[in-house]
Amino acid sequence: MTKLGTDDNPLLIAIVGSGPSGFYAAEALIKSDVKANVDIIERLPSPYGLVRSGVAPDHQKLKQAINLYKTIAGAPDFNLIANVTVGKDISVEELCKTHHAVIFTCGAETDRKLDIPGEDLRGSHTATEFVGWYNGHPDYRELEFDLSQDVAVIIGQGNVAADVSRILSKTVDELKHTDIAQHALDVLAESKLKEIHVIGRRGPAQAKFTPKELREFGKLSDCNPIILEQDLVLNNESKKELEEKGNIINKKIYGLFSDFSKYELDSNKSKKCFFRFLLGPKEIIGNTNIEKLVLEKNVLSGEPFKQSAKGTNETIEIDVGILFRSIGYRGIPITGVPFHKNWGTIPNEKGRVTENDGAVVNQLYTAGWIKRGPSGIIGTNRACSSETIQCLLSDLEKLDTGTKKHGASEIYSKLDNKNIRHVNFDEWSQIDTKEIEIGEPKGKPREKYTYIEEMLSVIK
Amino acid sequence: MTTIVTDNCKNCRFTDCVSVCPVACFHYDDEMLYIDPEVCIDCSACIPECPVEAIYEDDDIPEDKEHWIEVNAEKAAKLPVIEEKTEPLPGAEERKAELGF
Repeated sequence: MTKLGTDDNPLLIAIVGSGPSGFYAAEALIKSDVKANVDIIERLPSPYGLVRSGVAPDHQKLKQAINLYKTIAGAPDFNLIANVTVGKDISVEELCKTHHAVIFTCGAETDRKLDIPGEDLRGSHTATEFVGWYNGHPDYRELEFDLSQDVAVIIGQGNVAADVSRILSKTVDELKHTDIAQHALDVLAESKLKEIHVIGRRGPAQAKFTPKELREFGKLSDCNPIILEQDLVLNNESKKELEEKGNIINKKIYGLFSDFSKYELDSNKSKKCFFRFLLGPKEIIGNTNIEKLVLEKNVLSGEPFKQSAKGTNETIEIDVGILFRSIGYRGIPITGVPFHKNWGTIPNEKGRVTENDGAVVNQLYTAGWIKRGPSGIIGTNRACSSETIQCLLSDLEKLDTGTKKHGASEIYSKLDNKNIRHVNFDEWSQIDTKEIEIGEPKGKPREKYTYIEEMLSVIK
Repeated sequence: MTTIVTDNCKNCRFTDCVSVCPVACFHYDDEMLYIDPEVCIDCSACIPECPVEAIYEDDDIPEDKEHWIEVNAEKAAKLPVIEEKTEPLPGAEERKAELGF
């Protein structure tokens, strides 16, 4: 047989998950010198992962990353095989037979727990659930969030925490022309929230927001951002962190917090969003619904940039009606693929999947959050996927078993035999067009279908 | 809103920014990089990557660098796209030291 990666014997790659890291892996393969056919397998009928269902609806410009993914999907050697779950509809073992290599880019789909008493009381939610719900993700369609409360608490100070707090802080007018799901907009319209508390374990010099996102809190039409001046006092190590060249992001964040602390309270605005620091959740108290949150005051200890939060045993309580935790994400294990239980990732060496003891597993690769953990933003995944593809392409000899593989055509026949309704990119485009059409009269960029059956019913 | 490359990039062109750009909006000439405001999605991923802090959001750009907003738009429209990180320009390290980084 001719050399692998040539026109007569193309490299056949299956990618599991159609979010940014999946598309960037596809892009790197398609643009490489090697002739490759790329099949992206996606669990939902809709592609684009967190760009569709994670990125906040009021950040439409970020969602324009999809324009690039559309171009990649238009390449002749690309297939989208959507509405197919790997591990259920088709196994990893089967993919290893149909393709030369399999790349897992399936993200971190579940939340880390707080591991405190009361965490499962009614009214305590994960940020993932809320984000999925307002973004119209079918998995979270039926959830209910009781916003008839006075106080919401968000545990965590990263970008997702910022999204959740901002959506809760905005008015319907600020959201109605976005692609927020209609069911979410209807519930937000009835929100009675007066206070939103965004709580960080560490201090204002360590918050993980992006400056751009934080700045938005200063421009809300009906919400005052609030930071107490005493909360801005820094220890020497934190001062050193902010003085360090290269730490521009935290410097800007701290500057914005300082600006907020000087704002005069606008009494015409009905909501307050408090940013609070050095507090660790200890217990959630309530009978069936959450009522109070007990927080332990923390101090920082350690060298600059390595400071960790230590409890002081001194606690405070706040009344709370609804709580969201946003303290990190974990991947979900896939049958037939090694998994690092503590980190919630697939163990790997620069994207080559390994056993937990470090031994490389032939044919399996990974990229994105499931590879490196839940850090970074959309673009971070481009560099991450590119590293994985470089490794994969340098393994070509090892991946060439000399036996003929059949790629997508064999997957299709397996799925058809099992009567599994798979969705290709053209079919997805029909759903896409219809969503845009339905959104138009409402002045929305699209109205998303939130049930899988609805999406499938649109396809001609 | 847009994101802008400014004069610190001149004669450095480290290109660390390019490898994290989700939409390939960087363009280049012999001296430096420019961002196409029509393509950039304002994700800010590039900003912390720059070893000489040349990149700003327009919300945040110092007044004496504001003219770079127009320069980026004009140059990017005419120049080729850069999609992968390349070697910095010769003398980039010296220039970086000169800039105080």
